Amino acid sequence: MKFLISMHINPAVLEALTEEERTAIGEGHGRFMDGLKERGELITTQALVDPSQAVVVKVRDGQRVVTDGPFLESKEYLGGFYFVDVESKERAIELAAQIPDAAIEGLGIEVRQVMFADGVLEA
Amino acid sequence: MTGLAIEDLLREVMPQVLGALVRRYGQFEGCEDAVQEAGLAASVQWPVEGVPANPRAWLMTVASRRLIDEVRSESARRERESANAAEVPVEVADTDDTLLLLFLCCHPALTAASQTALTLRAVGGLTTAEIARAFLVPEATMAARISRAKQRIRAAGGSFPLPDVSQRLPVVLHVLYLIFNEGYTASSGSSLDRADLAGEAIRLARLVHAQRPADGEVTGLLALMLLTHARRVARTTAGGDLVPLDSQDRTRWDRVLIEEGLELAKGSLGAPELGPYQLQAAIAATHADAATAAETNWRQVYALYLILERIAPNPMVTLNRAVALAEVDGPRAGLELLAGLDADERMAGHHRLLSVRAHLLEKAGDSVAAYEWYRRAAKATASLAERRHLESRANRLRT
Repeated sequence: MKFLISMHINPAVLEALTEEERTAIGEGHGRFMDGLKERGELITTQALVDPSQAVVVKVRDGQRVVTDGPFLESKEYLGGFYFVDVESKERAIELAAQIPDAAIEGLGIEVRQVMFADGVLEA
Repeated sequence: MTGLAIEDLLREVMPQVLGALVRRYGQFEGCEDAVQEAGLAASVQWPVEGVPANPRAWLMTVASRRLIDEVRSESARRERESANAAEVPVEVADTDDTLLLLFLCCHPALTAASQTALTLRAVGGLTTAEIARAFLVPEATMAARISRAKQRIRAAGGSFPLPDVSQRLPVVLHVLYLIFNEGYTASSGSSLDRADLAGEAIRLARLVHAQRPADGEVTGLLALMLLTHARRVARTTAGGDLVPLDSQDRTRWDRVLIEEGLELAKGSLGAPELGPYQLQAAIAATHADAATAAETNWRQVYALYLILERIAPNPMVTLNRAVALAEVDGPRAGLELLAGLDADERMAGHHRLLSVRAHLLEKAGDSVAAYEWYRRAAKATASLAERRHLESRANRLRT
């Protein structure tokens, strides 16, 4: 079963972290990725640039409207994701709990199963 | 011989060679690598130099040499000799090595995903890339899974002599069932790859059946696969939409597969013991026997689900029994049986429970409630085709 484990970040929360905390998070992700790879559970993982670099595209009356900044007026943004292939939903939840972000107040992890897939998966 | 024919031949012979090697030397991991390399050499040499008179013996020799080289260099590294590794293997007669190999691949120390991957590779003779494509994961992911599975077997001391057949055979059948279902579920991916997986499961089930023709469950599983596979073309529209059993064009069912499946299903019921695959095959056979949906012998389907529920209690079986009961005694009777499943946490919010309830409410004439349950079921499913189907059922009730 394929799941998208997405990491919802809050830039203000991230900025408030100490250097040590940031290093620990980075190392935690490294170990997490190594484990996923070794067990054959990882399909791919990607991290996105800061939400301030996003643009929102709309077409109104056939005209393209491009606005700088993220789509949502909220504090949390999609920061990145792990795309995994695992035995069960329970396993996906177990993995999500191992992501360092899960232990930090203000950051969130969401687990959702894939319903349709297409395209090449050689990540 | 064409490249394609050579490929088929290799896929048939390589598992036998691997089985013979493992039987002789143990160490599944090393043998598997050696046979893979021998197979690679064959696929390069045979199209050019011709297929040897005894392909199996050729592969045995090349793989053994490779294995011995490997053991020798390992031994040298460890500065100790391995006496029996230098023995030249004798060609073993055609024994049930494939079955032994299946037992090893379905080692209980492995997860179901690893068991299926290893089975497809070692017994099915598929390449890692092919298995990865079939399961829609990157090759590196599948390679890691297979290599980890082999390490686990080694760590668990997995070599011959093999475990009790009666204990391991159900695991093997379950793995084949999973492979078949993976191919049959139209949840994602190109239909071609998935159909191949179902075909592969049938091929492997045939191998097991050839070795154990008197086993009722083996026969039952093969029958179930054939009868299900026979409906494959009728199961979806050209646009990829699902067609439920009662609306399928039965003239499109594969008669050859059905005849074979019916024969096997009948034969399996003569076995001294009755298991879940035999019963599921008997149910599939009852459906296959009906020329039209209206002619289905629902009393028999109901009775078979009742027995299945007794020998292998499972809420999904109860759910199916409710569908049969609704056909026999009316939708309200079916709905009453469903009510008992709401408390089962394995079924709570399961899309099948929601969609069956919607279906029975629709039959009972309660379109308002049926609409709601179809909508809920559509949201709960992880299959896009099923979601579309449930949404269209809901929309039909609104107009």
